[in-house]
Amino acid sequence: MQYLLMIYADESRIKDATPADREAMFLEYRALTESLIKSGHMRAGDGLQPTSTATTVRVRDGKTLTTDGPFAETKEQLGGYYLVEAKDLDEATKLAARIPGARQGSIEVRPVMQMPPDYPRPQR
Amino acid sequence: MTTTVTKVEGAAVARVFREERGRILATLIRLLGDIDLAEEALAVALEAALVQWPTEGLPDNPRAWLIRAARNKAVDRLRRGALLEGKRAELETEAARDHEERLDRERARLEGAEGDSVEDDRLRLIFTCCHPALALEAQVALTLRTLGGLETEEIARAFLVPAPTMAQRLVRAKTKIREARIPYRVPEPGELGERIEAVLAVIYLVFNEGYAASSGELLQRRELCAEALRLGRLMVELLPGRAEPSGLLALMLLQDARRAARVGPDGELVLLEEQDRARWDHAAIVEGAALVERALAMGAPGPYVLQAAIAAVHGQAARAADTDWQQIAGLYALLVQAHPSPVVALNHAVAVAMAEGPAEGLRRIDAIAAGGALAGYYLLPAARADLLRRLGRLPEAAVAYRAALALAGNQAERRFLERRLAEVGGQSTAQVH
Repeated sequence: MQYLLMIYADESRIKDATPADREAMFLEYRALTESLIKSGHMRAGDGLQPTSTATTVRVRDGKTLTTDGPFAETKEQLGGYYLVEAKDLDEATKLAARIPGARQGSIEVRPVMQMPPDYPRPQR
Repeated sequence: MTTTVTKVEGAAVARVFREERGRILATLIRLLGDIDLAEEALAVALEAALVQWPTEGLPDNPRAWLIRAARNKAVDRLRRGALLEGKRAELETEAARDHEERLDRERARLEGAEGDSVEDDRLRLIFTCCHPALALEAQVALTLRTLGGLETEEIARAFLVPAPTMAQRLVRAKTKIREARIPYRVPEPGELGERIEAVLAVIYLVFNEGYAASSGELLQRRELCAEALRLGRLMVELLPGRAEPSGLLALMLLQDARRAARVGPDGELVLLEEQDRARWDHAAIVEGAALVERALAMGAPGPYVLQAAIAAVHGQAARAADTDWQQIAGLYALLVQAHPSPVVALNHAVAVAMAEGPAEGLRRIDAIAAGGALAGYYLLPAARADLLRRLGRLPEAAVAYRAALALAGNQAERRFLERRLAEVGGQSTAQVH
């Protein structure tokens, strides 16, 4: 079973962090990522550019509406994610609790929908 | 299997079913891996039992019969693909073959000895129902629906919500269990303590919902107390090595024992010290006190055990004047350590006032009031007023009773405070708000 662990945090804190703090955070994420690869849990994961770079797309009545900014203005923003393989929700929440961002922000854990075997997939 | 040919009535089938439903369902959920599928299969098996048992006699082991019948129906239905498209697709996958193998193994096991992990199944089920990833209200509903004997409509009436709302709540919870794969297992030792706490909190919430209901309210609300007691007994039975389940069961028994004496003829609240103790359920007090003793002997008492111990001391006093306040104050001191909260501190102060005199209690209450955590909690000025009254400082007592009245919520509380206010010579203040 795959779970998407979405890392929500207050972007402004990250923007205002000192270079030393950022370096420490980067190293911590790096160590976690290495550990998740080694344990076989990790399927994918990335950090995202801040929501100031976000564009939201909607199609209404066949017309594409493009707006600047994230889907919803909230106090915490999606900043990155891990896609992990876990046997159940308990294991997934344990992995989520190891993400450095869980200490200040929140991690939303969402099961990944299971698609039929013939559903198209890109090469990895 | 159906060797004992005795005439069985539909009522007998219904009784077996009501008593065994939780156990059977718990096992079926493990075998079938899905709550909805298990519930559906069990309903079909029950229909079969209602047809067969009255003519062929009660099987030797009705529970095993129902489990087998339900499981076979579920497997048939899966095979015929009569269920959802997704389930059929699943059958064709490797996972489904594993599932089949598991069913075969379980079938073999069921053929042999009566499933010895049946108790474990009910533990698995209650931990799944009370999983922290589910909303508390969903945990409560799911526990009552699966392990309790309540129908969806009954739970809805008890919690004063429309039946479709409750049904929706249950559907959403079951969907989350399935889709997010909330595990069906007893938690690992490292997290067991915390998870047991969560289960006990759900059971106590059910109890308090029923206990807070006044005598005029719906019968279903009162039945919540009985359900909570049943679930409490189940936890004691399933986790005999743990003190807190015994503590909770004892606490509920001891509180429930006072039910009849707790409300006066006009529906007003009767304080513990003024209750007619002849109307207490003394058998329940004896049972509760024995559970407390056993739980205390296990050492390091937690909050339920300590609260139950306090309730037991009250319960064992033949008259209010005989209450061992020294012991109660000591237990509250332990409770303040184990479970610090301003409300517990307030209760401790009241017990100290009874044990050592109102002046010492008042000093403690004023210290709590200065902390500010209980601003807006009517029992703080009410307790203060009571101690001032006992010290003979009547004008100050009247001021404190008025402060309590301004904060009190329900009618019974207000009537009580107004009576006391009149006693200390204050105005009757029906218009105070």
